Amino acid sequence: MPRPQNHALIGTLLRERRLTLGLKQAEVALGAGISPSYLNLIEHNRRKTGPEVLARLSAHLGADVASLGGGAGHALIDDLRAAAAMVPGAGAELDRAEDFAGRYPGWAGVLAATVQRAGQLERLVGALNDRITHDPHLSAALHEVLSSATSVRSTAAILAGSEDIDPDWRARFHRNLDEDSARLALGAEALVAYLDASASGAAGADAAPTAPQDEVEGWLAARGWHLAELDAPGGRAVLEAEVRRLASGAARRMGLDFLSAAADEAAKVPLGALRAALARQGGDPGLVAAEMGVPVLTVMRRMAMAPGAPEGLVICDASGTLLFRKPIEGFALPRFGAACPLWPLFTALGRPMAPVSAVVETAGRAPRLFAALAICESHLPQGFGGPELRVAGMLLRPLDVAPEAVLGVGTSCRICPRAGCAARREPSILTDTQR
Amino acid sequence: MTARVLLIEDEPNISEAISFILTRDGCEVSRLADGAGAVAHVRAAMPDLVILDLMLPGRSGLEILTDLRADPLTAALPVLMLTAKGQGRDREAAMRAGVNSFMTKPFSNDEIRATVRKLTGRET
Repeated sequence: MPRPQNHALIGTLLRERRLTLGLKQAEVALGAGISPSYLNLIEHNRRKTGPEVLARLSAHLGADVASLGGGAGHALIDDLRAAAAMVPGAGAELDRAEDFAGRYPGWAGVLAATVQRAGQLERLVGALNDRITHDPHLSAALHEVLSSATSVRSTAAILAGSEDIDPDWRARFHRNLDEDSARLALGAEALVAYLDASASGAAGADAAPTAPQDEVEGWLAARGWHLAELDAPGGRAVLEAEVRRLASGAARRMGLDFLSAAADEAAKVPLGALRAALARQGGDPGLVAAEMGVPVLTVMRRMAMAPGAPEGLVICDASGTLLFRKPIEGFALPRFGAACPLWPLFTALGRPMAPVSAVVETAGRAPRLFAALAICESHLPQGFGGPELRVAGMLLRPLDVAPEAVLGVGTSCRICPRAGCAARREPSILTDTQR
Repeated sequence: MTARVLLIEDEPNISEAISFILTRDGCEVSRLADGAGAVAHVRAAMPDLVILDLMLPGRSGLEILTDLRADPLTAALPVLMLTAKGQGRDREAAMRAGVNSFMTKPFSNDEIRATVRKLTGRET
């Protein structure tokens, strides 16, 4: 229900309307049965208008003035109050927020927008700070450097300050110094490589340090998510040379591990045989896996990494951490933080070897449909005496027509605008800013 | 009087250096490299001081400290915790858990010598 008599911008709107019509204050005041001086106060938002006076003014000006401002005026005042709340000691005159918005709507808008931007930047700084604090790669690299530096410092001081040291101890400390200085050099190199990669990747305020997984996936993306060399004799060496040029040691290790597994899968599922089997089995990775006698996830990976493959693929471990992200247009995959728990990927994760098939619809202004096929495989790399390792994969294909049953999903709660989601973990910054 | 110090640190070269420094300063130093059996070891040995690294395999220094403070036998045992720069939150948690002192890596030999002397009542 609008509150016309208290609308902060009513006076301004009345004045604008009168000037548009080319009427004088005295003329309008006479028509509305009020004095010109009173109208002047109203137009400068120094007096609130009662509903009767407003109705008469509106009738005289030929417009429903109360509706002209819509909700914008209230939203602006809410923003100004929020701005005041952010600086509680500044002494903002809260009771005069409406007056301020009415008299200086432009400046009020600037203030509200500035405060909103400050809030967004604070959230960004918080997210980056959180990431640096919890980044396991950065933390491990720093710990390595600090441990080595501590040992070098103590050992060097012992050697420098103890002339009567036993020859055996002296030899031991020299050896320790040699080991720790090498560790320190390697640790520093890893740290610099990590920070260099972060700096070169930081294109703007929203950019964040590159993680090793991002490096590997960046390399795969640059190759169009296809490693043609794996299907050619001796081609793996070419790919290994490329991986060895990645910035960080962790990315190089991850890349080489990925290549090793991909080469193994390429040997089991050659591209030609995969295409033929897919044609026979109507594109169903489960049927292709059964026909070729390989795991379904192997077929999914081979499908997603075939040249020009339209499919997207996400793979996660038992913690839900995304290990592999081949994107597909319209289905955003989170770089940081946990993904949407409604993804069929996570349904599959809780039910090893039970296939999950669903049509999912993304959230946002332009929702997109995808056919999702997910499965979780369980491994016992150390036999019954060791831990069970689960890996789940979800293959995504774009769909044009929606079937009856569609599952609404998002990317990650923080950037998902879906309202009323039962699985929401935290408020969305999108709905915050749209408030 | 010889102070008995139990050093729980998983980095062998740091452990060796600290052990050497403190032994030369008149301490009797025993060493552990894993957090898993640390609490039982402390109870059995009842040293005059425990030097405890924050990040240990098996069990964190913070968990060990919490257990030591919960046991009347070890509740008052002086504990010097070794932390690295950037572990501010863990330090705060250790303060709440009742640690006696901190050393931040990298530290100097004089610092650790002086701190151990203070905590074992051998301040000169």
